[in-house]
Amino acid sequence: MTKLTRRGLMKTGVAASVVAATGLPAKAQQRGGTLRLGLAGANTSDSWDGRTHSDSYMIITAHGCVFDCLTEVAANGELVGELAESWEASADAKTWTFNLRQGVTFHNGKPFGADDVIESLQMHVAEGAKSAAKPIVASITEMKKMGDHQVQFTLAAGNADFPFLLSDYHILMYPAGMIDEAIASGIGTGLYKVESFDPGVRTVMSRVDSHYKDGKAGWFDSVEVVAINDASARMNALMTGQIDAANRVDFKTEALLKANPNVEIFEVTGNQHFTFPMLTNQAPYDDVNVRKALKYAVNRQEMVDKILQGHGKVGNDHPIGPANQYFAADLPQLEYDADKAKFYMQQAGLDSLNVQLSASDAAFSGAVDAAQLYQASAGSAGINIEVVQEPADGYWSNVWLKKPWCACYWSGRATEDWMFSTAYESGVPWNDTSWENARFQELLLMGRAELDSGKRRDIYTEMQMIMSEEGGTIVPMYANYVDANSTKLAHGEDIGNLWQMDSSRIIERWWFK
Amino acid sequence: MGSIAKIIAQRLALGVLTLLIVSFVIFVSVNALPGDFAQAIMGQGATEEAVTAMRKDLGLDQPYFQRYFSWLGNIITGDLGISFAQMNFASNLGGDQLISVADQIYPRFINTMWLAGFAALIAVPLSLTIGVLAALYRNSMFDRIANIGALTSISSPEFFIAYILVLFLAVLNPVFLPVAEVTPGITLGERLYFLALPALTLTLVVTAHMMRMTRASIINLLASPYIEMARLKGVSPMRVIVKHALPNALAPIINVIALNLAYLITGVVVVEVVFTYPGIGQLFVDSVINRDIPVIQACVMIFASAYILLNLTADILTILSNPKLRHPK
Repeated sequence: MTKLTRRGLMKTGVAASVVAATGLPAKAQQRGGTLRLGLAGANTSDSWDGRTHSDSYMIITAHGCVFDCLTEVAANGELVGELAESWEASADAKTWTFNLRQGVTFHNGKPFGADDVIESLQMHVAEGAKSAAKPIVASITEMKKMGDHQVQFTLAAGNADFPFLLSDYHILMYPAGMIDEAIASGIGTGLYKVESFDPGVRTVMSRVDSHYKDGKAGWFDSVEVVAINDASARMNALMTGQIDAANRVDFKTEALLKANPNVEIFEVTGNQHFTFPMLTNQAPYDDVNVRKALKYAVNRQEMVDKILQGHGKVGNDHPIGPANQYFAADLPQLEYDADKAKFYMQQAGLDSLNVQLSASDAAFSGAVDAAQLYQASAGSAGINIEVVQEPADGYWSNVWLKKPWCACYWSGRATEDWMFSTAYESGVPWNDTSWENARFQELLLMGRAELDSGKRRDIYTEMQMIMSEEGGTIVPMYANYVDANSTKLAHGEDIGNLWQMDSSRIIERWWFK
Repeated sequence: MGSIAKIIAQRLALGVLTLLIVSFVIFVSVNALPGDFAQAIMGQGATEEAVTAMRKDLGLDQPYFQRYFSWLGNIITGDLGISFAQMNFASNLGGDQLISVADQIYPRFINTMWLAGFAALIAVPLSLTIGVLAALYRNSMFDRIANIGALTSISSPEFFIAYILVLFLAVLNPVFLPVAEVTPGITLGERLYFLALPALTLTLVVTAHMMRMTRASIINLLASPYIEMARLKGVSPMRVIVKHALPNALAPIINVIALNLAYLITGVVVVEVVFTYPGIGQLFVDSVINRDIPVIQACVMIFASAYILLNLTADILTILSNPKLRHPK
């Protein structure tokens, strides 16, 4: 690529003027090459059905490559249109009108339009469908086709985040009338079309000839995504150059990766956080003083250092992370303080506290060790934690939501409202702390229908504060997404932090140097 | 030869009975594991309502024995069934383009047979040669080194040998690749290149057993009077072993080879996982994690059949190699 030709010179000239005009980083993107990814999180039961996607392999290949959503969260966190070009809301945030992109075709040649949107959304609420995005779509009371490229949604209640929710990786756009076929063979509108798909083994994709993202994304000519669930095999493949990038770096081999001049590690702190939820309707956790004592009895920094080996940040007992728009970075940080813990125990009228903490590595890798660290730090504050090691099998059915205090993880959500309403709204099934707080609930409903960004920031900051001070969950740490790539690859200024691998869009966004 | 046919028939009947028992044991033990497919596949999302709905779709709410016998009924007609994962899609989609367990296993089975076959092709001649040579030069330096090497490799766990090979032959000296990425339509040369490290790992694991049995059974015979006679005739030591001792030592060697070939097919689970090789072993591990019973049962049936058939072959060959058994009075 260093050979200077007239055409090459013109290309660089054009690129340079684009850079000058837009202020993009001075690294010129270029087309070409085959990207080979080695990904963990693959299974022989994988398919192109977005409703079932939950692990990184399918999220990266489907959401980040073969299919598109209506909206997309850009690497800098901003919401941009993907298949929707623009949208507007009524004043109460109840009616949303989406203008769809024109001239887009599916990989089988079918043009994309309003019918596809309606049918693709309906599949999440179809009878018997088990979709993780069901609550999002179920909040739509009416979907109206206003034209070939315009759809109007009416929501049951105002929701200012609605366009954000449509960027969810489950809500992929399929061709209407042939959804079964599209799921069987992977027919989307994405930059890459499926050449071959062997679930749990390997996917080969090639670049479509022309695409509405041309010039902005989709630099590789073709992509091979190999399923490598074994951490050592994945790291070895990267170190020997058999693959160009891998997700989920094994911390044990991190030093070896760093010593290899052909490999670099990239990590971002997103919304993924580990928690210790307690059922606030059960004694002794129904006493706010007990909860406060437990908040001061955990050494968060120690957990980040020892459990995450430094690849994370301390948490502040609320579920909103640095990748969220209204993350309150300036809230007072909870710190380990044995005296304060003792003080709140006295407030609760207790001399000592004996509690059981259920943990298993099914909750998160290192959960049992984290519980033991908690036990040690709380011990010096007079709180006796008995760590109960639970079996990993059936953990989510038998322990989580059932045992009064246990270990858990959340990958976080793109919006505050979504996260709160998934796990902290009064009465929702995943409310793992049985959290009921009148002011919190009031703020939640206010924030949902509020379109003014400044007011929303105030609302969500107050909600984070309430949770941090009184809430029933301990959030000791945010875990980074730690991935690695060959130095042959280049990427834009920002790396997305909603999910692994540049918010799962490494295939679209990266290029070969 | 009529007696051989009778033995084969008898053994096959016993084999079927063994398969029946194995299938039952596996069914019971997989069901005894905590959690089921519905819980495993939904993870954190496994609310009681969703789990109940999925169990109903998959027939997991049916009584235990009813499920086993309906599976048994199908397998007698040659139908391995449909995996839970596929049925789960079907209940989501309402479509009927289902991939059966047989379709799922077939390409994996071919891959596993390639690996086992390639490993056997290296391991069997290698261990026989080393075994004969070790018997010939017994107690020499060569014999000792061969023994120490073989014992070391058999004593190490497979994954350890695999990682050592990856370290020395892929990472430090990039001769081979750490991940065996076989795809449909690759050339024979490419396939063998990808298979080199996994096959070498398996070779190191199985060689010791075969080689030491060859050596031991030959040495055992060397004290026999007829070998002494051959020596007194002035036959060369190599010829004594290959022509006179080996044919009589074949029976135990054949048995050990059969046992190890069966191991090559069934014992590949760990090796396939380490090298990310898309064979039956990897599918088996995936299915156990998800409690996908139809796939587990099918894999186990294949593993058990391999053992039964190879042992049967070994017995028949033993009979054929021994005139006394071939012509019973």
